[in-house]
Amino acid sequence: MTEIPEHLLKRAQAARDKAAGGDAGGAAGGDRIPGDLLDRTKAASDGAAAVVATAPVGGGVPVGAGPGGHTQRLLTVVKSGSIQEAKAAPVDKVHTWPHLLAVEFVAALACTAFLFVFSWVVNAPLLQAADFNKTPNPSKAPWYFLGLQELLTMFHPMIAGVTLPGMGLVALILAPYLDRNASNKPEDRKFMTSMMTMFLMFWAVLTIIGSFFRGPGFNFTFPWRDGIFFEL
Amino acid sequence: MAKVLDNPRPTAKERLAKIGEQMQGSQAWNSIFRPGSIFRKGYTDSPRNRSYVIMNSVLYHLHPVKVKRHAVKVSYTLCLGGLSFFLFILLTVTGIFLMFFYRPTGANAWEDIQMLQTSVTFGLLVRNMHRWGAHLMVLSVFLHMARVFYHGAYKPPREFNWVIGVILLTLTLLLSFTGYLLPWDQLALWAVTVGTNMMGYSPLVGNQVRFVLLGGVEIGSETLLRWYVLHVIMFPFIIIIFMAIHFWRVRKDGGISGPL
Repeated sequence: MTEIPEHLLKRAQAARDKAAGGDAGGAAGGDRIPGDLLDRTKAASDGAAAVVATAPVGGGVPVGAGPGGHTQRLLTVVKSGSIQEAKAAPVDKVHTWPHLLAVEFVAALACTAFLFVFSWVVNAPLLQAADFNKTPNPSKAPWYFLGLQELLTMFHPMIAGVTLPGMGLVALILAPYLDRNASNKPEDRKFMTSMMTMFLMFWAVLTIIGSFFRGPGFNFTFPWRDGIFFEL
Repeated sequence: MAKVLDNPRPTAKERLAKIGEQMQGSQAWNSIFRPGSIFRKGYTDSPRNRSYVIMNSVLYHLHPVKVKRHAVKVSYTLCLGGLSFFLFILLTVTGIFLMFFYRPTGANAWEDIQMLQTSVTFGLLVRNMHRWGAHLMVLSVFLHMARVFYHGAYKPPREFNWVIGVILLTLTLLLSFTGYLLPWDQLALWAVTVGTNMMGYSPLVGNQVRFVLLGGVEIGSETLLRWYVLHVIMFPFIIIIFMAIHFWRVRKDGGISGPL
């Protein structure tokens, strides 16, 4: 049997006393509550009193009769700390509308404006109709594949066309599973940051060489000497 | 006569205001704009209405009602993910316009583009926007990846969303590459020839995949039709599915990463 704290017992006792006194007071000062309601309350508390009289015989549990004649029983006391433990610190948040939507709207508008003006000024290339008998010199892939095409000049196609880009893609996919460092602080991630920077620079340099430093026959040229052989 | 003087005729401005009020109070109006819409009568700036703006909009409810304070800083995200998505929408709209004037056959494709640029109102402008927008999208998706990496945002619990992101980058490249062939000019033909020749080097299945994609051993009219279908339907369909998972996972993984 759970021990009931003393202060709760005291409070229950006080409530019971108050109920007993309240009955008497209510009967005396009946000017505010209608008489028939008071009668009903009295009848109910009489009935409850009968129950209270019989109950202790069976269980021996301390039973309190409330003001309305309800019997109340304290089951257990749960201390607040055990169920209300705060697991996460509160996060500083703002409303998406207007704070985020306004930023997104301006960004979208700026992007549209830029694209509109750029498309107004610069025309997309449209060369002669496709002709299978006339191979342009040099023939270049779209710019995002020019790093790959550049790599093909250095290695066997099996390595440059398949192995290296395949390894790059797999490494990119596996990055979150290979990087076991849980921190996202730049100062803790110097190794991964430098790895990624080298990876990106490697492709960027290859792409730039393939785009601007390759002329007829895909031979090395200088764009300031022989002009640019590059179409977007 | 006195009555007329007491009630002067309402001015046009007053009438307009009254009509506007009646319209905003009508059942039709209130059935269109859900509670909390800024177009509804008596919209006030309250926390409750700010939440409703997000919750009651089919587009905005991609977002949570509240976001971390650092997440709205432009210097953190540079808006790159959102701009990639926005460019995708822009490309869809301009692409639908282009589809009205284009037939994917060897005999018609180039002339249709030529016609679009010279005879169709805004044809040249829309084609330019589609082409430059596509290059811009490749760039913004790529920069978004770099941004996410440098912020360490791929770390648990966001590992899988990074994988989906790499898939989205690949799909973006494929979308751009398939679109590259469609003008059917010398640039398109030979760039794709070079690109698909690289594909042939893949071991075991390289040549088979190339054969299926080209609809033959060399690029021809069949290739144009295949790449057209891939470009306007198949890859957009696939990329939308992966984008949906990508955006959904951003929220399920606890919103945007950081702060650093």
